[in-house]
Amino acid sequence: MPILDIKDLKKGYADPEGVRSLVVDVPAFSVDAGQQVALRGSSGCGKTTFLNLVAGILQADSGVITIDGEILTGRSESVRDKLRARHMGYVFQTFNLLQGYTALENVLLGMMFGKGADTERAKALLERVGLAERMHYRPRALSVGQQQRVAVARALANHPKLVLADEPTGNLDHHHADTALRLIREICSENGAALLLVSHDPKILDQFDTHFDFADINRRVRESAQ
Amino acid sequence: MGGIFLLVRRSLRQHAFSTVATVVAVALSAGLVMSVFSIQYQARRAFTGGDVGFDAVLGARGSQLQLVLNAVFHLETSPGNIPWSLYQAIKSEPMVKLAIPYATGDNYYGFRIVGTTGELFTDFEYEKGKKLQVAPGGRFFDDTHREAVLGSFVAQKLGTKIGDVVHPYHGLVFDEASKHNEEYVVTGILEPTNTPMDRVVWIPIEGIYRMQGHVLRGTGEVYEAQAGQSIPDENKEVSAVMIKFRNPTAGFTFDQTINRQGKVATLAYPIGKVMLELFEKVGWVNRVFELVAYLVVLVSTAAILASIYNTINERRREFAILRALGARRRTVLTAIILESTAIAFIGSLVGYLFYAAILTGAAIAVRQATGVVLDVFAWHPVLLLTPIGMSLLGAFAGLAPAYKAYSTDVAQNLTPQS
Repeated sequence: MPILDIKDLKKGYADPEGVRSLVVDVPAFSVDAGQQVALRGSSGCGKTTFLNLVAGILQADSGVITIDGEILTGRSESVRDKLRARHMGYVFQTFNLLQGYTALENVLLGMMFGKGADTERAKALLERVGLAERMHYRPRALSVGQQQRVAVARALANHPKLVLADEPTGNLDHHHADTALRLIREICSENGAALLLVSHDPKILDQFDTHFDFADINRRVRESAQ
Repeated sequence: MGGIFLLVRRSLRQHAFSTVATVVAVALSAGLVMSVFSIQYQARRAFTGGDVGFDAVLGARGSQLQLVLNAVFHLETSPGNIPWSLYQAIKSEPMVKLAIPYATGDNYYGFRIVGTTGELFTDFEYEKGKKLQVAPGGRFFDDTHREAVLGSFVAQKLGTKIGDVVHPYHGLVFDEASKHNEEYVVTGILEPTNTPMDRVVWIPIEGIYRMQGHVLRGTGEVYEAQAGQSIPDENKEVSAVMIKFRNPTAGFTFDQTINRQGKVATLAYPIGKVMLELFEKVGWVNRVFELVAYLVVLVSTAAILASIYNTINERRREFAILRALGARRRTVLTAIILESTAIAFIGSLVGYLFYAAILTGAAIAVRQATGVVLDVFAWHPVLLLTPIGMSLLGAFAGLAPAYKAYSTDVAQNLTPQS
């Protein structure tokens, strides 16, 4: 059974003149439980919008997104927030750690709006990503690679069934990017979470057994290219 | 809910400077409001409702208020004197339980000297069941000697001890040049009564009559007391007679006969009502103080609003991240309202310190000026209502910034804004 199932998903935006143009047009897409899928696409092709739709941050114009059997689309914002908090983790390109909070608190915040804070699990995750000694540091006191590891721990904090990663290595050098990607994949596997990663970097995609070009699944990108 | 409290705590810490500044502003306004109402209440109660030990004051024809201020609070000048015979007449009335004469006109370093009789110490109760007591080692004065008993505040302020000598100065205002020749030996220091009596130097009434330069006009003719000769009663005068009635109806009877039918003297009765008239006359001053206090509260509420509202723009990304982590809109809304409420509540708690400081300062000033003691720890509903009211206003002040945070677009604010 797919953890993520998408049917006829459409999302468009109106330009300043009021002309509405489609950004996402995905007839069908799915990710199985525990599966790791990578999507490649050039900048501005709608990858982030697609992930935000999957996360329920954006409301689709039409279509159906199902997360672990629960329909996300058409639901109120509050319900979508709840589903996101319970079922999903999100790793951002810019990490999006909260600067006023320690590494441990950042991870705890990843739990608080879902199943509730579990300090032991948060500590265990930080130990797992190699930050046992730095869990009480604030993000500014951590290196870029360490910040990304905190972001990974936070994304996994709430036992998510699906982890969304938007250019998670975009801000890292080649060496750190490889390490971070390996870590994300390992931790998702260890926690039984599916991973949907988007990136513009072909080297990253090559490491995934299942990877698509965003144009393959997004009709709108395909049509633009033709 | 734990998440919300963490957000509130961290936000207050992250914006520590503006938090502290706003807390201080709120604390000042809370302290001011509590002080204004508490001082008003305590002053009103002390001057109008407090037990002064006497029911009425008999004095020269004129203002009842001046009479009370002069004889009870030892503040104003005396409206004049009445003959000794009037004192004797009222004292002999069956409905009068106690009548004690006061004679004034001199001071000791600004503290009023009051000539009276020993009954003040033996029969008078300044509160039910409480008579004046001298501190250990002292005694009350002997009516026939040049002896003085000092109120506790006078002794404390001037550092006067038993056995010290008191030189009276003529008039109610201290003037180095108007020193009398007479000397009075301090025989006792009164235990504190927390009444205006603490600010008085008590001497035998004959002392006032025999003070160098003093003349008596009890008969209408000028009479100067001579050493070694007794003073005929018809020449004696008193500034006031302090009266305690056997029952409340007696006061109304004397009010009728002395104030409405008589033309010689004035009876200030009841004392509390006379003072109440004063408070009602100056009631607008209280209203002004209240208005200023309310305005300060409004300003501090606006300060809360401004301090939080100004941080919202820089925190939009934080809200977007929290929302991406699953925080609902109402979580963000609640966190901001709780934050502004917390600032107001903490400010109110700190406000108790300002309240204590203001009230202590006011208590010192009021005690020095009037002898009336304000109690910093006295209960008044404003002490409870202020933190509640300030917290509600804080919550109200948080509504606009909370709505701004509530409206944050998650997708737009997730990426850093350069």
